[in-house]
Amino acid sequence: MIRLQDHFTFTLRSLTRTRFRTTMQLVAMAIGVLAVVLLTGIGEGGRRFVMAEFASLGNDVLVMLPGRKETTGGLPPLTGEGTRDITLEDAQSLMRISDVERIAPIVVGTSRLSISGLSRDSLVLGTTQDFFSIRDLAFSQGQAFTTREGSRSRSECILGATLRDELFGPKRALGQWINVADYRCRVTGVLTDSGTGFGFDMSNALILPVDNAMQIFNTEGLFRVMIQIENIDAVPAMTTAVEQQMKLRHDGQLDITIVTPDSLLSAFNNVLLIMTFAVAGIAAISLLVAGVLIMNMTLIGVAQRRAEIGLLKALGASSKEVRLLFITEATLLATSGAVLGMLIAEFILWGLRFKFPEVPFATPLWASVSAIGVSAIAGILFSWIPAQKAAKLPPVLALQAQAGK
Amino acid sequence: MTEAMKTGAIKVRGVHRRFQLGDQTVHALNDINLDITQGEYISVMGPSGSGKSTLLNMLGLLDVPDEGEYWLAGEDTVPMSEEARAGYRRDHIGFVFQSYHLVPRLSARENMELPMVLAGIPPAERRKRLAPVIQRLGLTERADHKPEQLSGGQRQRVAIGRAIIMQAPLLLADEPTGNLDTHSGADVVELLEELNAQGVTLMVVTHDMALGQRAKRRLRMVDGAIVSDDTFAISSSEEPAL
Repeated sequence: MIRLQDHFTFTLRSLTRTRFRTTMQLVAMAIGVLAVVLLTGIGEGGRRFVMAEFASLGNDVLVMLPGRKETTGGLPPLTGEGTRDITLEDAQSLMRISDVERIAPIVVGTSRLSISGLSRDSLVLGTTQDFFSIRDLAFSQGQAFTTREGSRSRSECILGATLRDELFGPKRALGQWINVADYRCRVTGVLTDSGTGFGFDMSNALILPVDNAMQIFNTEGLFRVMIQIENIDAVPAMTTAVEQQMKLRHDGQLDITIVTPDSLLSAFNNVLLIMTFAVAGIAAISLLVAGVLIMNMTLIGVAQRRAEIGLLKALGASSKEVRLLFITEATLLATSGAVLGMLIAEFILWGLRFKFPEVPFATPLWASVSAIGVSAIAGILFSWIPAQKAAKLPPVLALQAQAGK
Repeated sequence: MTEAMKTGAIKVRGVHRRFQLGDQTVHALNDINLDITQGEYISVMGPSGSGKSTLLNMLGLLDVPDEGEYWLAGEDTVPMSEEARAGYRRDHIGFVFQSYHLVPRLSARENMELPMVLAGIPPAERRKRLAPVIQRLGLTERADHKPEQLSGGQRQRVAIGRAIIMQAPLLLADEPTGNLDTHSGADVVELLEELNAQGVTLMVVTHDMALGQRAKRRLRMVDGAIVSDDTFAISSSEEPAL
């Protein structure tokens, strides 16, 4: 019986001394695995990115928006019957519901900012003190609004990190006056760079007290109301309670929609998971193609090496040994091709992470493991048939395939 | 396998081998009966298609007879499994082919080492056995060359080295000089006869009258049957070299 070490020496020699064939097979396998690992890595990166966006909004926060969004069919509102605004008073009334911990009304718009002759357009957000606690926003300088709500004399504003840098550069921002349209405010705080969240890039926003913002944008209606509740388990009950309250205030008409982060999250998660799986499926096909390629190459290898197989048998190798030699060869090829493909994919993903640091590109473990597993299995399975063929070859027939060497 | 059991004695009884070629059955071996004792020097001659190579393949356990018995080293090999025959080939039989059949990607040394690798002999023992063989074949300087870098005569010497490395008692040569020029052919024949002189049973299949007549015992085959089996008194070593 051939010694284990010699077995590997023989297969390694057969791989390293027939470079072209080996290289082609390696490339085939590597591309297959590369496709799986890279595609799922990108898909998973996108999914995690979106999930992180939503996670920045706590689980205990409901979002109320004006208008009733029904998922059932029906005619579009041709009569032009507009929905009623959610007013500041509506929002404040919600505080009377027990279990509501905080609310943050939000008004959003763009406006022209100017300081000492320089001006630019910027996202302007009007809200209240509680917004910062609900969104977990921290300050690198200064603090949130200093005066209590209701006083019209407040003229404070808070800057996102990027906006601060763009407006003031190295200069001190705190205490400076900014013109927002025809309204003046003093910078009282700067947010830390917390990236984007829930659709708004907070680092590019200027935040005003909600009533001031409503004046600037000349509106009575709120864009959103964030409602933080005390008890996470009470989400469905709270949704009903808020709807009841609003119905009461709006003459019995339910013209608001409440979105729970969980429902958003799971909806997006489902879509993105399906996408990741679809991408993985496409990649799996390329892996299959690589496997078939390996099988073909091994088959060609058997045809080319008939004489050698016959010789090995003439020299005393048993059918089992010949089969084992071919399978070892194919398995070595498949696994090293797979590892090569994975390394290249990881390298590309690393490059992507470097280029786009905000998206966490990473291949899920199941994808890497199954890619390597499938390629190894494909290598063994697809080499089994040609190896079986090689082993069954009667030595005399194999030797007649004169290699001329 | 002890050395005592290694013998090239052969007993063939009533062997037939038929091939199907299209709708025609070729009777490649027709009732072959043969006794060979250890150390004999036999040549097999005959026209093309007379079954010479089939006989050699059958004796070399590369081919299995359709009927009959083939006794090698005291055992009938016909009912054996392919695995067992592989072991017999390894331990009892050395092949020398017309077209050498070296593995192109392995060096001369590695080619000669191959049977020992397949037999699972440890590397140290392999080196010990290789050294004298390489020296004897005059391949010391060429041992690490690939077959493509060797001349035909050198390639055939590598093949002979491979055939004798397991100290097989039976050496089967199919047209061993067929691809060689006169000079290297004579070298190879001399080497084979030297081995025979040391007690190895040597069977040479050839078209070449001059080569065939060097053997003491000469078989002649026609249409799959042995038509003559003559033993001559003159020892090949007393004749002048080719």
